[in-house]
Amino acid sequence: MSQLWDFSGGIHPPENKRQSTSRPIRMAGIPDRLILPLQQHIGERAEAIVTVGDRVLKGQTVAEVTTGIGVPVHSPTSGIVEAIEQRPVPHPSGMVDWCVIIKPDGEDRWCELQPVPDYKLLERQQILQRIRDAGISGMGGAGFPTDIKLRPPRDRKVETLILNGAECEPYITADDMTMREHAAEVVAGMKVMAWILRPSKCVIGIEDNKPEAIAAMQEAVQDTQIEIAVVPTKYPSGGEKQLIRILTGLEVPSGGLPADIGVMCHNVGTAMAVSRAIFEGKPLISRVLTITGEAVQEPGTFEVLLGTPISNLLAMAGLQTSKLSRLVLGGPMMGYTLKTDTIPIVKTSNCVIAATATELPAPPPEQPCIRCGQCAEVCPMELLPQQLFWHAKAAEFEKAEHLNLFDCIECGACSYVCPSAIPLVQHYRFAKDEIRTQRAEQLKSDRARERFEARQARLEREQQEKELRRKERAKAAADAQAQKQAEAEHVVAKGDAVDSRDAKAALVQQALERKKAKAAQASGSTLQATPASEEKPDIEALEKQLMQAEAKLSTMQGMLDEAKEQQADNLDKLERAVAKNHDRVERAREALTEAQKRAGSEPAAQLSE
Amino acid sequence: MALVQQSSPHAHHARPTSRLMLWVMLATVPGLIAQTAFFGWGNLINVIWCVALALASEAVILKLRNKPIAFFLKDNTAAVTGLLLGLSLPQFAPWWVSGIAVISAIVVAKQLYGGLGSNPFNPAMVGYALVLISFPVAMTTNWAQPATLWAGAPGFGETLATIFSGSQTSIDAWTMATPLDEYKHKITTHTAAEVLQHPTFGDLVARGWEWVNLAFLAGGLVLIWLRIITWHIPVAFLAAIAIMSLAFGNNADQYAPLQLHLLAGGTMLGAFFIATDPVSAATSHQGKLIYGAGIGVLIYLIRTWGNYPDAVAFSVLLMNFAVPFIDHYTPPRTFGHHKARRGVPGKSGG
Repeated sequence: MSQLWDFSGGIHPPENKRQSTSRPIRMAGIPDRLILPLQQHIGERAEAIVTVGDRVLKGQTVAEVTTGIGVPVHSPTSGIVEAIEQRPVPHPSGMVDWCVIIKPDGEDRWCELQPVPDYKLLERQQILQRIRDAGISGMGGAGFPTDIKLRPPRDRKVETLILNGAECEPYITADDMTMREHAAEVVAGMKVMAWILRPSKCVIGIEDNKPEAIAAMQEAVQDTQIEIAVVPTKYPSGGEKQLIRILTGLEVPSGGLPADIGVMCHNVGTAMAVSRAIFEGKPLISRVLTITGEAVQEPGTFEVLLGTPISNLLAMAGLQTSKLSRLVLGGPMMGYTLKTDTIPIVKTSNCVIAATATELPAPPPEQPCIRCGQCAEVCPMELLPQQLFWHAKAAEFEKAEHLNLFDCIECGACSYVCPSAIPLVQHYRFAKDEIRTQRAEQLKSDRARERFEARQARLEREQQEKELRRKERAKAAADAQAQKQAEAEHVVAKGDAVDSRDAKAALVQQALERKKAKAAQASGSTLQATPASEEKPDIEALEKQLMQAEAKLSTMQGMLDEAKEQQADNLDKLERAVAKNHDRVERAREALTEAQKRAGSEPAAQLSE
Repeated sequence: MALVQQSSPHAHHARPTSRLMLWVMLATVPGLIAQTAFFGWGNLINVIWCVALALASEAVILKLRNKPIAFFLKDNTAAVTGLLLGLSLPQFAPWWVSGIAVISAIVVAKQLYGGLGSNPFNPAMVGYALVLISFPVAMTTNWAQPATLWAGAPGFGETLATIFSGSQTSIDAWTMATPLDEYKHKITTHTAAEVLQHPTFGDLVARGWEWVNLAFLAGGLVLIWLRIITWHIPVAFLAAIAIMSLAFGNNADQYAPLQLHLLAGGTMLGAFFIATDPVSAATSHQGKLIYGAGIGVLIYLIRTWGNYPDAVAFSVLLMNFAVPFIDHYTPPRTFGHHKARRGVPGKSGG
């Protein structure tokens, strides 16, 4: 046998596996109702493709994922779709989700199956499609769609394919019994996977506390290149990263995938499902599950149709309701408690523990952490649980993250040994959730800020464009004015009869010309002086005054011109008004120039002081 | 059906803090027996007095802090603090000296900092250092002569009376300078051979002290074997003393020899029972090595060039100061990472 490595930390909790391995796997049969959650995998929720009242056959697809990652859900028996509604589903929060409820008709009639006796005749792509269409997702716990996992990135060659049969968590015996009784199917499934991936090495890792499973698997792998690796019993050797470390000596990089180091790991149950999907054409409609705990009289393993309510299984195993204290879905280290036994079995369920109060007692009251370090000694990820706890409790999430909080696999070894009975894992989950929430909020506020800034920029741009247009209009008006005057002057200059009134008008005209030139100059300098005027309200007021005066002057001028054209009687009066306004403009300009000079010289004066 | 709702893990198998502390106390028994055998009843009386006072002052302060008294007293940590003081104070230290040490340890160093788990400094050593500085005479002249149990030693009653009456009339006949003290002060004017003539050194290393230290060493090894402490702090502690002694104090006519450093004074008690207090020690294995080595180096420096013949308390307290710093720079490398993330978040570091 090839070399084995060790991972640091780990614990040896009481195994409690014999209770459920003394009997062979029993068929759990068809319950009254099957509750099929549409989300049994990681990815998008499947959409029901049947409607209430539809008759479905065993193995018929009832829900499909059309966009995104996901696998379909199939009817585990023939019957009628009774409802499509929200029901409690297996989830730590006890939430409800969409389920297809099937009322079995008792005939258990299969739909048409398309087995593939020689899969090597098909394209890899076709095999992967069949695995997907069979609704297979990882059956070890996470439920990641198997076909996606079997397609590693192009640049990642899988050198070692591992089947995880370690099953390190106490009580759980589903994989153990699967290997004992379905060794050939497990091996056949692994061969299909190997054909897809073409690894140079295939290993099945099994903990040494399962001698029967090891013997069965060793027999099944004869004449194949698959290797059986018997690994020492230590929790959590069945953790993906830990098993890979034990079998290859390599560490999956933090935040990376096993494929990054040329390794891929599947559960033995998943391999059996692949075998059934290919060689028998059967989709994933059942799984092997352990029902155990001291509150059931006949603990054991069952082959259960997906969607079977846990209450049915508990009844089958002889539940003594009066003894039941807590119902755990999964193992005693990582499983979660259920609020009700109406929850159905799904693709990822591997164990139900009906525990008595003495079997899994409430932990003693929590004491202060004395940093004894027992948690760090058992942490398989080589973290500092006591420091993570300290920071999580103090809401110092940045520090917790710095100490690699997100590498925690929540195996529970630290809590298991904590002398102060601190629910450490709960603190880490809390901290992770908080950090995720904060990140989501950060993202949200970042987006809001970007939106706001974009709007500001747009408004500013519009304002500038408006300003530009206004200036253009003003310039056009001024040009038109200038042209008009030039024409008027031309007329005046050409006119032979120059009476005193005309001479006076010409004088005024000349004065106006000068003023215009100056005004043009001033408007230029006014624009330049704008920044300074912001600081000096004096100047601003003066500028305003000047502009008003200019405006009035130009109005008067307009009136005068008009009057001239019409040879009106009030020319005299108008001319005086224009002259007066002209003076006013001159004064305002002088005052402004003076103020600007002062404003300009002030900084220099300050510097010289 | 009211099912229990609880976060995983559902299985627990811990040795509670109270039991860990009980093991620590049991592991000191060989040392206490050796102390009693060689130095009389003083340590035993001190231990009983200090433990009782520690529990009483812990109860009072818990009451003042409105905390559940029985719940915290049962964790045995106050008893351990009292026990360690009783084991390390001079045999004939007056009751009020040990009393002040215990009360300041429990009330100030432990509870005023927030109680169990929140104290940055080793409580027992805070108490010890306080009385060592405050009452230097009482803390240096009250060490019992070795082997007095067999040769006209004061009996239990006499010892008790001496400690609690405050009358220290006959005490000079029963006390003697400690080997470290004697060596430190005589070696400046005498040769090693002359200094070792003094009866405090006996035939082996330091009369009585060597057995006391070996007994504490044995108890400490039991704690390591039981996985209550790890080897890192004691080994680094003792190795640092040994290296310092070999590197700087090889000349016995100038400096106390290595065997005296290891087997006289509070070396083994300090290495296995005091420096290993988890609350105030460094966290990671690497941190513990640095922490232990730092204590060892400081002990050697203070013993050799400082004003005090022994220095466990000061060295432990000085390294307690350094613990947050050490912890920042010695996190372990996490699985799947190339190297450890040293330093504080936001700053540079792997």
